[in-house]
Amino acid sequence: MDFSLTKEQEMVRKMVREFAVNEVEPIAAEIDEEARFPFETMEKAGKLGLMGMPFPREYGGAGADYISYIMAIEELSKACGSTGVIVQTHCALCAWPIMTYGTEKQKQKYLPDLLSGKKLGAFGLTEPGAGSDAAGIQTAAVDKGDYWLLNGSKIFISSGGIADVYVVMAMTDRSKGTRGISSFIVEKGMEGFTVPKKENKMGIRGSVAAELLFENVKLPKDNLLGQLGKGFKVAMSSLDVGRLGVAAQALGIAQGAFDETIKYMKSRKQFGKTLNKFQALSFEMAEMKTKIDAARFILYNAADRREKGMPSTIEAAQAKLYCSETAMYVTTKAVQFHGGYGYIKDYPVERMMRDAKITEIYEGTSEVMKMVISGDIFK
Amino acid sequence: MALKIIVCVKQVPNTNEIKIDPVKKTLIREGVESILNNDDANALEEALKIKDKYPNTHITLITMGPPQAKDMLLECLAMGADDAVLLSDRALGGSDTWATSNALSAGIKNIGDYDIIFSGRQAIDGDTAQVGPQIAEKLGIPQVTYVTDFNIEEDLRSITVKRDLEDGYEVIKLETPCLLTAVKELNKPRYMSVRGIFDATKKEISTWSAKDINISTDKVGLEASPTNVFRSFTPITKGKGKLIEADTEKETARKLLAELKSKHII
Repeated sequence: MDFSLTKEQEMVRKMVREFAVNEVEPIAAEIDEEARFPFETMEKAGKLGLMGMPFPREYGGAGADYISYIMAIEELSKACGSTGVIVQTHCALCAWPIMTYGTEKQKQKYLPDLLSGKKLGAFGLTEPGAGSDAAGIQTAAVDKGDYWLLNGSKIFISSGGIADVYVVMAMTDRSKGTRGISSFIVEKGMEGFTVPKKENKMGIRGSVAAELLFENVKLPKDNLLGQLGKGFKVAMSSLDVGRLGVAAQALGIAQGAFDETIKYMKSRKQFGKTLNKFQALSFEMAEMKTKIDAARFILYNAADRREKGMPSTIEAAQAKLYCSETAMYVTTKAVQFHGGYGYIKDYPVERMMRDAKITEIYEGTSEVMKMVISGDIFK
Repeated sequence: MALKIIVCVKQVPNTNEIKIDPVKKTLIREGVESILNNDDANALEEALKIKDKYPNTHITLITMGPPQAKDMLLECLAMGADDAVLLSDRALGGSDTWATSNALSAGIKNIGDYDIIFSGRQAIDGDTAQVGPQIAEKLGIPQVTYVTDFNIEEDLRSITVKRDLEDGYEVIKLETPCLLTAVKELNKPRYMSVRGIFDATKKEISTWSAKDINISTDKVGLEASPTNVFRSFTPITKGKGKLIEADTEKETARKLLAELKSKHII
């Protein structure tokens, strides 16, 4: 058992930290306030290889390992939770399924542009009537001989409307339940594919959650991703990777709020002394730090298992559950310790608390994570 | 034809964090992060920009320092340099600028051919700005210091640089081989890239001793250094200056007088 980082991992952390401090953090409050997608950051991140980290070089990836990838999402999210989720959705939920289930032709067609950041990826599973219960999806693709005819809608789709490439789940045989779901690659600009609505969110406001509408979209036969009827597996295995990313995002938000609170406590004076001199508060900081470090170990363990090709579904669910709840715990305390200043937008902890909440909800709620974990306990 | 560029870099303590031991008058280095010297990052960036334009360009890094300077070299390789040389030997320890430039110029001779040598203007831990120029003198090549703009012709020989001075600037034409010292206005250094990081650890870092570069010990190290540090101290920080502004010179003078009188200075 070796808990030390490799030289490469240390360097990745340093590089992404510098990038986040110089390029991401300065606009974090602005993109939140204006609900503006940070196109400029994505372009820069692409050039540095951050949009294709854990992917092979032959398709334009950076050839990095999963721990490095997780650390990059963590560092980005420390500065800005929106930026973290845009990168992780792109990598885990679009590039990853294409890499894993795509034909050679599909990989050659989509991966070089995705992994270099020239194109952005998204993932469409959730529908108005199918959130945690994915089997209830209504979007359907019908085999018309020469093409697939796609009809239906998706909601809360991260980077929806902005992304160029979408991995979309649709029913191809409703009688088979989840075994009747297939996954498809849909491209922005295809006739009949529109984005009627963008959500007005509580947090991660620099990222987009949008509705996707498919009205008689003719998908080429080549756009079926993976085998017919195996879309549920494509979705669930992608979410296993996505959960590592959301956990890393949550961990970054927690660490960011914690670091801000240290700074504030050292400078804020009440009753003639700085806040860090109050033992009740400093003891709570000790608890927060311990939770953050524990969250990090759970997450890195899950990422390490994936890197080594070991089963990691349960570990990813545990990491997502614990990191997101730690993020909510720490950011809530951070706001409390900032007092009135924590509730206004002059300090970043206000944004961080709003950003933290979504990590307990998307890509499987905490309750779904508990279903996954308890299902394994009592299998 | 492929350009060969050597970039002189130095690992320095982050002076934003450094303190001086009030008794021993030496730098307290414990717990202080080591970084690539700021101006050297600009020197490397300019070399990398040439490589962006002419991909055949070969960039070799050279530094003198303790074994941990390899960490900095790795970062420079991750930014895009091709290979690196570390001059590391107990015999080189304690060198002042004269001794350092002796070692570096000997190291550069040992590397072999080069067209351009880039170095930073000065290191933030010493602020001497002497090593770059001394290397050029010892190698017998032309030098331009404080370079803020750089352009090389298609022939890869003719260079035009802009040199910033306190009261103006010079535009200078010269030919390779030459040595240029970079200032921060020259460019914005790039970040390491993820690919660069994973490639860097596979690239070669040669470690050379004084013997490897054929330099006699009377030219390097503490004993051979003519400079002695008399005393180190933390300068007393002064308050921020106040700029008096007004529409006319007369009005400015009047405001200044009023300010000085109110503080009983005059």
